[in-house]
Amino acid sequence: MNNESTLLLDENVPSEDRDAMQPAVPEDLNIGKVAVRVDKLNLWYDTAQALVDIDLDIAEKKVTAFIGPSGCGKSTLLRCFNRLNDLIDICRIEGSIHLQGRDICAPGVDVAALRREVGMVFQKPNPFPKSIYENVAYGLRIQGINKRRQLDDTVEWALKGAALWDEVKNRLHESAFGLSGGQQQRLVIARAIAVQPEVILLDEPCSALDPISTLKVEELINELKQDYTIIMVTHNMQQAARVSDHTAFMYLGELIEFGETDQVFTNPRLKKTEDYITGRYG
Amino acid sequence: MDKLNLNQHISQQYNEELEDVRASVLKMGGVVEEQLANAVRALIHCDAVLGRTVVKNDASVNSLEIEIDEECTRIMARRQPAASDLRLIVAVIKTINDLERIGDEVKRVGKMVSEEMDGALDEEIRHELEHMGELVLKMLGQVLDAFARTDVQTSLDVVKADRKVDVKYKSIIRQLMTFMASDATSIPTIMKVLWAARAMERMGDRCQNIAEYVIYLVLGKDVRHGGIDDLMAELAKES
Repeated sequence: MNNESTLLLDENVPSEDRDAMQPAVPEDLNIGKVAVRVDKLNLWYDTAQALVDIDLDIAEKKVTAFIGPSGCGKSTLLRCFNRLNDLIDICRIEGSIHLQGRDICAPGVDVAALRREVGMVFQKPNPFPKSIYENVAYGLRIQGINKRRQLDDTVEWALKGAALWDEVKNRLHESAFGLSGGQQQRLVIARAIAVQPEVILLDEPCSALDPISTLKVEELINELKQDYTIIMVTHNMQQAARVSDHTAFMYLGELIEFGETDQVFTNPRLKKTEDYITGRYG
Repeated sequence: MDKLNLNQHISQQYNEELEDVRASVLKMGGVVEEQLANAVRALIHCDAVLGRTVVKNDASVNSLEIEIDEECTRIMARRQPAASDLRLIVAVIKTINDLERIGDEVKRVGKMVSEEMDGALDEEIRHELEHMGELVLKMLGQVLDAFARTDVQTSLDVVKADRKVDVKYKSIIRQLMTFMASDATSIPTIMKVLWAARAMERMGDRCQNIAEYVIYLVLGKDVRHGGIDDLMAELAKES
């Protein structure tokens, strides 16, 4: 507690000043083993700076949620983890992101290999116009794996991992477009885990789903974290509170507060975070 | 309170809901305060009529508890409060429970006065009870003030005041034991007085509970079960 209580008790200290006195990541926060380390990351779209001095550690085999208003940079940060921003010509990055000790921002990184290690699921389910089976087998086939037995085993394993197997096992060769939105999203997750990534990025994975499908995907996220590091962006704060272990609140390209989800949602350290998660205009 | 900035939600209706629930707690606190003042007066003056009024009025405390509880449930279901809003709702639910239990203790004192007390109390005992009643009444007023202003310092003062009430209770017990030893015929009356003193001591404990909820509301720190001493020591060290 040290000076925190006295700051809070001192009514003469304006809330902005109290916020400024506290770091985004508390010094005593122990997240355990680090899977991804973001160090002094700055990103510009042309001349507009979208990420400002982001320093952040992502815990291994935990769920880390990024929350914040639209345009705060959370999706931009997420897309840095698999270098998806490379596709944008005007995007320029400084700083580093270490995944398992390697700087993935460094020149010469094999981006295709990186994207196998860091899978991604988007807001809207985007199955390929292929069968359910071929959607999941796709990543393996482009790696050159074509043995029927190996593909069958992996497809079954990935669909079971994505909690979809029981619903599709009798229609594996039907079009993926015949699945419901929630099933399609779980199929996309199965496709992502089929290549056994280290990290799974989820960019608002439930925003296009109904509440029941959302709960199924959330349940799946909880199971997947036994084996994968998960980083998700969500606008649904209750969802961040339900599924994540750590929460990062971002605003105007800066990391404002990072901490354990329980702490962030019951007792945020900074007023800006408090204002956002309680629906106040700060 | 506007350390909690209850009027700054984007939803004006949410502002009103939280403000209403807060105001209802203060209203309930006011009713309990009045009940306690009447019970103490009834006790020290052996006023059976006032005792009966206290018993009758306890129903309004109970119905306020239910009303506020329902409102908190509605807010949780509809708004999913977070951070200080969540702590406010949790603190309110716990506070009204303790206020209701203070109301029950007060009611028991009122009932005892209306049914069992006869004749005047010994002057010395009357004086002690009056003093203890004043201490508890002051504590209750103070803790409601702390809740209204979300004031940690006043909450800590309430905790200190509870220690005075505990000392007073022990002193009354010693005195009553002396009375009982010297005059066995006084034992039935003394037992009732003892019981009333015990009720007031429990009310003090419940005021301390509420003070701890206010600290939780403001600082987000759970200071029950000894944590309050650590907080006091830490604040004393820093100042």
